[in-house]
Amino acid sequence: MMYRLAPHADEWIDRSIIVNFFFEGKECQGYEGDTISSALVAAGVPFLGRSFKYHRPRSLLSFSNHDSNTLFQVGEVPNVRGDVTPLRAGMRVSAINTFGGLSKDRARVLDRLSSFLPVGFYYKAFHSKRLFPHWERMFRALTGLGRVSLDAPRKFTAKRYAFCDVLVVGAGASGLSAALAAAAAGAHVALVDESLQGGGITPLRTPNSTLEALLRKLSQSDKITFYSATVAAGYYADHWLALAEPLRMTKMRAKAVVFATGVIEQPAVFRNNDLPGVMLASAALRLLACYRIAPGRTIVIVAANREAYEACLELVANSLRVAAILELRSTLQHSLEDLKLARRCEDLGVKIFTASAPYQAIAASNGLLKAVDYGPIDSSGTINSQAAKRIECDSLLMSVGWAPASHLLAQAGGSTVFSPEIQQFVPKELPAGIFVAGRLNGVFEFNSRLDDGHRAGTDAAAYSGYGETRGSEVTRSTRCPSHPYPIVEHPAAKNFVDFDEDIQVKDLQNAIQEGFDSSELLKRYTTVGMGPSQGQHSNMNALRILARARSMSVSALGLTTARPMYHPIPLKLLAGRGFHPVRRTPVDAMHGALGAMWMPAGNWRRCEYYGVSGETRDASIAAEVWAVRHAVGLIDVGTLGKIEIHGPMAGEFLDRVYAGNFSNLRVGMTRYGLMLDESGVIIDDGVIARLAIDLFYFTTTTSGSTAVFRELLRLNALWGLECSLINLTGHMAAFNFAGPLCRAILQPLIDIDLAEAEFPFLGVREARLCGVAARLMRVGFVGELGYEIHVAANAGIVVWKALMSAGQDRGLRPFGVEAQRVLRLEKGHFIVSQDTDGLTDPYEANAMWAMNMRKPFFVGQRSLRILEKRGPRQKLVGIEWDGASHSTLVKESHLVIDGVNIAGRITSALYSATLKKWIGFAMLNPDFASRTESLPNREIYIRTDSGKMQLARIATIPFYDPKNSRQKQILGG
Amino acid sequence: MKLLVCPLNGPRPVTEFAYGGEVRVSPDPDACSDAEWGNYVFNRSGSPGQKYEWWCHAASGFWFIALRDTTTDLVIATYPAEFVQTGFSRVRPQ
Repeated sequence: MMYRLAPHADEWIDRSIIVNFFFEGKECQGYEGDTISSALVAAGVPFLGRSFKYHRPRSLLSFSNHDSNTLFQVGEVPNVRGDVTPLRAGMRVSAINTFGGLSKDRARVLDRLSSFLPVGFYYKAFHSKRLFPHWERMFRALTGLGRVSLDAPRKFTAKRYAFCDVLVVGAGASGLSAALAAAAAGAHVALVDESLQGGGITPLRTPNSTLEALLRKLSQSDKITFYSATVAAGYYADHWLALAEPLRMTKMRAKAVVFATGVIEQPAVFRNNDLPGVMLASAALRLLACYRIAPGRTIVIVAANREAYEACLELVANSLRVAAILELRSTLQHSLEDLKLARRCEDLGVKIFTASAPYQAIAASNGLLKAVDYGPIDSSGTINSQAAKRIECDSLLMSVGWAPASHLLAQAGGSTVFSPEIQQFVPKELPAGIFVAGRLNGVFEFNSRLDDGHRAGTDAAAYSGYGETRGSEVTRSTRCPSHPYPIVEHPAAKNFVDFDEDIQVKDLQNAIQEGFDSSELLKRYTTVGMGPSQGQHSNMNALRILARARSMSVSALGLTTARPMYHPIPLKLLAGRGFHPVRRTPVDAMHGALGAMWMPAGNWRRCEYYGVSGETRDASIAAEVWAVRHAVGLIDVGTLGKIEIHGPMAGEFLDRVYAGNFSNLRVGMTRYGLMLDESGVIIDDGVIARLAIDLFYFTTTTSGSTAVFRELLRLNALWGLECSLINLTGHMAAFNFAGPLCRAILQPLIDIDLAEAEFPFLGVREARLCGVAARLMRVGFVGELGYEIHVAANAGIVVWKALMSAGQDRGLRPFGVEAQRVLRLEKGHFIVSQDTDGLTDPYEANAMWAMNMRKPFFVGQRSLRILEKRGPRQKLVGIEWDGASHSTLVKESHLVIDGVNIAGRITSALYSATLKKWIGFAMLNPDFASRTESLPNREIYIRTDSGKMQLARIATIPFYDPKNSRQKQILGG
Repeated sequence: MKLLVCPLNGPRPVTEFAYGGEVRVSPDPDACSDAEWGNYVFNRSGSPGQKYEWWCHAASGFWFIALRDTTTDLVIATYPAEFVQTGFSRVRPQ
């Protein structure tokens, strides 16, 4: 049982402030500065959680940021890491994954059934498709972590971008030294550590004046920003790291990075190594130094390195009783220093048993550790259980080895190699700008780590432009801090390799025997390393078991890759507001007041139609169409791409990028342009106006405006023609003002004569409209007399208001995208990327009239020569039908059926109130399209959502005003 | 996030750039066969190695050429787009 010791000057707790909180509904007390876990164990709470699979009682194992035994539900927040989360007054803490509370967990029966739950159990037992959903529900309920509250308040979590010259990850001895060295060279440094304070995972030994001096220098430095309680959870390209702080995510861009992430202590594997009371020696030292908590009254240490003896001396110095050290190594003769430390321990009354290993830990009736059975081991590590003896103890500490925290290094592209001398993966090749220091680098002694940190920090600062490199060699440890196989077999198992997923030695051995014998396969089949601690305490031992089973070296097998985020972080740090700007036209504000119903169009928002109270959507759209056909309508087309091209070769450029001819376009006239890609597919269309011999103004589609302009810039760079392009899309407001009455309404507002002879169909004029400079194009667009009006963005509202009020008494209605679609469909205009797809060429879309094959060159021309010979693969045709009932409503993408075959699809289908019938486009199989010519009434069948067929006819287009007499204003037409 | 050094704007995050594909020389449309043209239009080399690529700094609309090693994703040099007409040199232009 753990308990709190007398105060100490360097402790992290403030005993003058008592913090009250609740655990499993009962009131507990801790001190200010405690973490949840330290407060609980100091309060004498025996169990902190239940294991994931067998629901075994668990307490502290590593007392670090990686332990899965100490995940808690705190109020509405699930899976809080109790070892590092500061205690707060009034916290309601409970264990996760229990049925009926921690102490009386009904699922603890699973521990007795464990022999019926071997590895791969799910795959083997529950593959029946019929029963699987049943089992799935049962296991979902039985296993799991904390509960997500669906009623939790929605809180936004801040994101921040930060920059530094040198980022140092890890504030242990080497990290501190690196940060101070880089700062001394003049670099701006960010220092990150997952702990609440700097100093490293191995806590302050009393007294360590050197480390204290470093921490003091850190707090005084104005060049170093220290991120405590922060996990650098992922490395991304070009030294970009995700720093998961308690309440926000910082995306840190560094010029150079020093990884001083250190090593993570590894457990020994023996039967019942998960009993409450068995923990890592580093955990006990941290409890002792920071929170003044004793691991127990009688302590036994499982040892295989020097750190075990140092820990022993530290414990004894704090008046704790260490009964024995079980030394896995057969002798300490190899290291004089180890031998000296062992002698000092023995002098203090600690019994040392070399070549001995724990055979099993023994639990008392209350579930806590009461003794350990140990026995002699031979050179291969096999234990002689017959000769096992028992020592009473209530704390068993493990100090058998370390694994490097090399996740970020691997993500950064650094390679590692296994060093048999120190039984650890050490860095081999480092990418540019990446530096490694300290125990991660295989440097273990305190003064060497300080020096290695200084070297890495100096070199990193030099890489980012401050000072000179030191460039000296790394001095790796000459002693071996890790045991090659700290794993003891037991016939009754429960010797856990992975504490998160309750994976025992035999589980791994069985999986290997079943053929899952590579690190990657073993991980996926057994789930070793896939729990909340992400293998920090299990991957190395699992790899050792695999290597031994396959008689291979650890280095030949290699570790699995830890992808970002290597450490689980709260989803709130990842979730965020998207950066999706919505573009608004210059007259956007006008539409809202008129009842605009919005729709997205590319990244613009456009008005679909103007809702009028008491009118249905369809009625509003029909009324808007009627206004354009019979009076006048106004639509905001400010979303169109608007480009100017200047220069003597502007016409030549347009000749090359559009299928039609533009160098012969007369000044003051416009022409429709069709843009193709290199394969001859239609990608965009627009209207090109010639304002001067060397100046054209042209539009692109709304959705294509960005990509088209970018491609035109590329082609201009490629060809090097004497011309230049300006994107005016956002600079200009644009409207289409159309309908039989539009000219009469517009004339009083403008300073030019709009008479047919002065401003004919397809003309373009520059004029002053309502006192502002405007460009007007007389285009067909909706098939009525109409003007496309372009003015500077800041004049948009003035002109819009003027046109609206001038037309007020003449039946003017503003119209939206939906009415525009009806109007344009009535005129038989296809919409690029609505009626055409990524394969449609001009032959298929009947747009040959818009291209000039006699030109020397245009983009797509060469492919069209091939396509012309080959003939179309599909054919766009106009279709019409009557009186659709609701059950046979035709929609876009419905199929055209020919007998039992699919003969095409519908690309547009709208009701024309003008023509009193349904009209649309269909993309048909060309054979079928030509066969329909011989059919009576050219009838086709469309299969609707209900499965019922709708009969339609192939029609000649345009559907409305086939001679175009209205837009051209031909009298009597 | 990856950084790309734009010859005009300096180092910028890669999300500010648009990729324009490998720089490829079109065969003479008037002289080549249909098969040659089809190969040019539809086939791309996916083999890893050093490639000249079109990149556009979207915010400023500036196109340039980057010599990129597609195995390591490292940009070796960048060139103004005019180099497409005049040919490349291995020296990074200032």
